[in-house]
Amino acid sequence: MKKKEFSGSPLIEVKHLKKYFNVPAGTNHAVDDVSFTIHKGETLGVVGESGCGKSTLGRTIIRLLEATDGQVLLEGKDITHVQGEALKKVREQVQIIFQDPYSSLNPRLDISRTIKEPLKRSGRFRSRAELMKETAELMDLVGIDERLREAYPHELDGGRRQRVGIARALALRPKFIVCDEPVSALDVSIQAQVLNLLMDLQDEMGMAYMFVTHDLSVVRHISDNICVMYLGQLVEKCSTQELFSNNLHPYTKALLSAIPSTDVHNPMKRIQLKGEIASPINPKPGCRFASRCPHAADACREPQQLVEVSENHFVSCCRVAEIN
Amino acid sequence: MDEKNTFLSVKDMEVIYTSAGDIVHAVNGVSFELKKGESLGLVGETGAGKTTIARAILRILPDPPAILKGGQVILDGQDLTRLSEEEMLKIRGDKIAMIFQDPMTALNPLMTVGDQILEVLMLHNNFSKEEGCKRVVEILEMVGIPRERYVEFPHQFSGGMKQRVVIAMALACNPELLLADEPTTALDVTIQAQVLEMIQELKKKLNTSMILITHDLGVVAQTCDNVAVIYAGQIVEYAEKIELFDHPAHPYTLGLFGSLPSMNDDVERLHPISGMPPDPTDLPPGCSFWPRCPKATAACKEEIPYKEIAPGHFCRCHMAGKQEGSSL
Amino acid sequence: MMAKEKINETTNKKRKKQSRFISTFKRVFETVPAKTGGILLIFIIALCVLAPVFAGCDPNEMDMANALAKPSLQHLCGTDNLGRDQWARILYGGRYSLALGIIGSLFAAVGGTSLGVIAGYFGGQTENLIMRFCDVWSAIPGTLLCIVISTALGPGFFNTIIALSIGAVPNGARMTRGQILAERTKEYLEAAEAMNCSKVSIMFKHLLPNVISPTIVGTTMGIGATITQAATLSYIGLGVQPPTPEWGAMLSAGKSYVTSFPHLLLYPGIAIGLTTLAINLMGDGLRDALDPKLRK
Repeated sequence: MKKKEFSGSPLIEVKHLKKYFNVPAGTNHAVDDVSFTIHKGETLGVVGESGCGKSTLGRTIIRLLEATDGQVLLEGKDITHVQGEALKKVREQVQIIFQDPYSSLNPRLDISRTIKEPLKRSGRFRSRAELMKETAELMDLVGIDERLREAYPHELDGGRRQRVGIARALALRPKFIVCDEPVSALDVSIQAQVLNLLMDLQDEMGMAYMFVTHDLSVVRHISDNICVMYLGQLVEKCSTQELFSNNLHPYTKALLSAIPSTDVHNPMKRIQLKGEIASPINPKPGCRFASRCPHAADACREPQQLVEVSENHFVSCCRVAEIN
Repeated sequence: MDEKNTFLSVKDMEVIYTSAGDIVHAVNGVSFELKKGESLGLVGETGAGKTTIARAILRILPDPPAILKGGQVILDGQDLTRLSEEEMLKIRGDKIAMIFQDPMTALNPLMTVGDQILEVLMLHNNFSKEEGCKRVVEILEMVGIPRERYVEFPHQFSGGMKQRVVIAMALACNPELLLADEPTTALDVTIQAQVLEMIQELKKKLNTSMILITHDLGVVAQTCDNVAVIYAGQIVEYAEKIELFDHPAHPYTLGLFGSLPSMNDDVERLHPISGMPPDPTDLPPGCSFWPRCPKATAACKEEIPYKEIAPGHFCRCHMAGKQEGSSL
Repeated sequence: MMAKEKINETTNKKRKKQSRFISTFKRVFETVPAKTGGILLIFIIALCVLAPVFAGCDPNEMDMANALAKPSLQHLCGTDNLGRDQWARILYGGRYSLALGIIGSLFAAVGGTSLGVIAGYFGGQTENLIMRFCDVWSAIPGTLLCIVISTALGPGFFNTIIALSIGAVPNGARMTRGQILAERTKEYLEAAEAMNCSKVSIMFKHLLPNVISPTIVGTTMGIGATITQAATLSYIGLGVQPPTPEWGAMLSAGKSYVTSFPHLLLYPGIAIGLTTLAINLMGDGLRDALDPKLRK
């Protein structure tokens, strides 16, 4: 866990962002009124279970999906609806690393062509030699052996493929990278290699990460601040240290208690969650966790607000004072 | 180990795959024993041969390309490798059941979940249809699925609920041995915790023995009695759970622990194992871990003894006995 | 995996300084079947192009005294009901049949694949519109459609090609779209979008190569069918006009003599069969050459 101070104007500012999908059964509120900021060099962890909208959030911020409502500011400029050349400029500054190292690389392109693609698109490189040099540098940066230049993705293992994905995202030296579960498909030993690589690259190049994952131990390791998401909404937002020492939302508590710990002497004391997960399709106005929450009360049926309970610690629970 | 209580014993199991002229050495001489009601965790990375071991016990390896080259699987005094296919059919699902990793593909989308469990049940028992249905409802309720959902189809179930159905199916005939292949990997943590707890409770209630295959050391720590660490088709370390977690001896096991981001202490940097798992068509001589091992010596390239370094704690490493109790 | 990398290292050196096109082209003919197909096709094409040299006589010269002669040294493949030399007619006929078959199938493939890629990539309303249109399109019997278009455009080489290819377009579109449905959720397409690739580039550079294999096989298999389809057009006076020889037309003319003089049917049939086989073998070679997973 890193302890860093961030000040000044934020790099990324997300304001009341909403992304709804129309599905046959109604409207899926995948991301519903999410706000946060990320500073230069910061890693924001976004934790949640599958289907909570964390990947959609990342994709909406970097404009792979169009926002339904709300704003995303990059260095103070609204990028929510920019098009054409302006969008091209934005995409050179924000990038994404994907979860599945198998489907995220085009199987018909070899490694050097995969990494070269964004360089070519940018039009910054005039000559072939310059392109080759930059590609080689990128491969070196992420630790892929030069001899694998013309290897195809299927010839590489998961860890190396993920490195290629990282090199591709880094190609234009972006300021902000969405890491969408970049290590969850990898084996533990390889996972550690990739996590170290991501942290080293950040130290070297100073970009900000939004680290989307369901794995709390990974997020604890890499993040400065953490947002906990439940069915499209933020339920708790604070520094990593605070989240693991003084978590306040009942969902956060349940999530933390559910991780199988490697501590064999103290059997886990899991918080029992009962009931079915509410549907994000046409949700009711109240707290979405209420159906499973051990502390649910009548007040929970009212819409919840993300409130700052102590400095830089936000919780969206009306009973937070009573529970803790 | 008390010979009398041994329920399952696997001796020198060896499995190879042939693919495009290459011989893949998937399992290389694996031996272990399991008592009644005990659970063993097989831990290792992708391709280490964990799933192959389970499939070889159940004899459901695709043949060809897989060949069980040697070894015995003795269940209750009966060598499964010598049984005919018909005799094996009676054992599968009845005495031994397997839970597969992906609950999404293990169920037939065109049959109601109740009927699917009923089918397994009827295959091994002479129930009347009515008796069978009653039993299915019992099993469903045992894994926490309300009886009303008997007539529902798999797509109407969430991932966790589907895995419960798969578990219910595996437990339908009160198997004596349960092979669980990454039963919770596809599930969310909160759901995973529920499912693991349920497996634990059922196991206690039915006194089932279990082999749990996983890559997650946390899951092993919470559910198993004994742990076998698998690397390149071999058990590199075997011990009782607390012993293994407190005194890991094999450099690979230590490497696995070093790779885990901890929930309890703050580590600035992880210490991953360098390099890649070996090519199973071309295993290095001697210890298959030496090319990645930080402590490798010339002796590691020769035959490595599998020795007992503490009571019940076995390790396949030259260094292990000498540095007992210390950690890297 | 490591073994594969080792192999890679050695092939890397070989592959250097070779343009991608040439190296792909070379890989097509690496396997024995593809090589055989290639040689066979070149042989057939050479025979047809150089027909005046090999034919020995005019394909339209009638010799009623020798009508329906069995194959002999003088007439290698016998003569037809008007006493015309079959061998010469097959060689000259190949000029039209090969061109019609290959270009017609290619047109159909290009049209079908483009529509399929557009429908599959954009999805939603675009997909609905294109695919429903294809449904209506393929509901019209192929031959009928062919005749209608041919009548509207009039006879002529290029018009015949259009008429022949249009009927096969919906099939190609449906096949390509089906492939894309499985492919379009993959993250590499999103990655391409994130790095500023245009939609056209994503569709044709990233998506198409990954879905093209079944189309290549389908197209090469379709060439024989296209050649026979061309015969239908000739038969009703819309395709290549008699007495110009053409394989399909020869087949249908020979039909009436199938019991008494089977050689009239046999030799044009063999010509069509060999051509289809040759192109098929090459098609398989091309498909494998384009797939890096099958590279040795």
